[in-house]
Amino acid sequence: MIIILTSKSIGENKGSLITSGTKKRPDGRAFDEMRPLKIEAGVLERADGSAYLEIGDNKVLAAVYGPRELHVRRLLKPNMAILRCRYNMAPFSVGDRKRPGPDRRSVEISKLTAEALNPSVFLEKFPRSTIDIFIEVLQAEGGTRCAGISAASVALADAGIPMRDMVAACAAGKSDGKVIMDLSEVEDKEGEADVPIAMMPRTGDITLLQMDGHLTSSEFEQALDLAIKGCKTISEEQKKAIKNRYGD
Amino acid sequence: MVQSIVPEIIKESVVNLIQNKERADGRALDQYREISLETGILNKAEGSARVKIGKTQIVVGTKPQIGEPFPDTPNVGVLITNSELLPMAAPNFEPGPPDERSVELARVTDRCIREGQVIDLEKLAIIPGKKVWMIFLDMHIVDYDGNLFDAAVLGSLAALMNTKIPSTTIEGDEVVVDHEKMVPLPVKEQPLMCTLAKIGKELVVDPSLEEDDVLDARISIGVRVDGSICAMQKGGSVPLTREEILNAVGIAQEKTKELRKSLPKA
Repeated sequence: MIIILTSKSIGENKGSLITSGTKKRPDGRAFDEMRPLKIEAGVLERADGSAYLEIGDNKVLAAVYGPRELHVRRLLKPNMAILRCRYNMAPFSVGDRKRPGPDRRSVEISKLTAEALNPSVFLEKFPRSTIDIFIEVLQAEGGTRCAGISAASVALADAGIPMRDMVAACAAGKSDGKVIMDLSEVEDKEGEADVPIAMMPRTGDITLLQMDGHLTSSEFEQALDLAIKGCKTISEEQKKAIKNRYGD
Repeated sequence: MVQSIVPEIIKESVVNLIQNKERADGRALDQYREISLETGILNKAEGSARVKIGKTQIVVGTKPQIGEPFPDTPNVGVLITNSELLPMAAPNFEPGPPDERSVELARVTDRCIREGQVIDLEKLAIIPGKKVWMIFLDMHIVDYDGNLFDAAVLGSLAALMNTKIPSTTIEGDEVVVDHEKMVPLPVKEQPLMCTLAKIGKELVVDPSLEEDDVLDARISIGVRVDGSICAMQKGGSVPLTREEILNAVGIAQEKTKELRKSLPKA
């Protein structure tokens, strides 16, 4: 009944340029190259801490409230704070409008994000309280969970919450037969595998790991190393964002 | 949503200041805070805007979709307005389905846009009675610093003016949607909203967060370019007099002229 015409056929290889023997990716990046990254700390008035992050065409806002009083008694921990997270996508953040409200995907991402950030925060300093993190995806272009985690960690630092390290998150995977860093939306959809991770670069501790697709064990090792390299790059930008706001 | 608790001392100082025709942030009673408006800030939304009035910040996005018209209006398109008071916007906003305050904001904005005849909905019919464009207007409130109504209408209007939808042609029984040829929405009017708060005996324009918390009554007035009125909403549990209402209308007519200057030139 409805025919849709578009030239934006997914997977179209715009940049099949041959440079120094390596075939570049659809957006012209090298296999170990990240999309352009921008992080800004302290962008909201009311939140205790906040951050805005762009990576490629992803646009993500994160806000932190707390440590504050916890009203839900059954969640309360007598010796430490709890950390709660809500990941949410704006209805206009994707191609076809997303219905507002949580779905199974965003509930899972919320849980994993809280778990990825949990080990970085000195929760034992704030017994009986809660730290609430809100992540809003304003525009999605592949890799929003990683963008959300990286932004949330900057927001936690902006809120002045004591941490062991800022958690940085980046994905690697396999698309068009090659292991690559920081998958775009096209590479994620058309690709063979996706491995998002989050880590505390200071210690090397990995706090989030997911994988879907098909990789040999040596490909997985390459992907993991690329993702770790990506996290380290993001970590430097996170530190810059905090320094830009508060000075050295 | 949890009602925010205002210390008596703050309430007293806000009220006393306004009695002397002064405001805590140094504004005149009929003065707006700084307004900033950017459009086309998102690629995935067919239209978008980010509006700030003071520190209040709203991101608005539009999404067109082909759907079926309502049975009672088979030849006109559909506009659906929705707002989310995000828990990131204020410490007392809670996650969950839209509460009454969020629904009121969406409905008042919808009335101002609809009755102000911003979009020529009849031009959004594709196959009369069968297929029409549905325009989803979603408001994402990311920072709450008072006076949501005026920011919501300003941002929504700007996002609609920024919206481009794919052109369509009909071949037999089929609708052919051409994403290569995007056309602007048929925008024909530009109504804006001005909100006044009654605090003590005075009316103040663009209530700040503190003023929004302590106000006795609130009146929001939607005004078209020619000064005619297209929507109104009274809020708060203290009554208004006839004279106060007429006075407010006069102020809103003047102030919306000023607000209109922040819209991008068509």
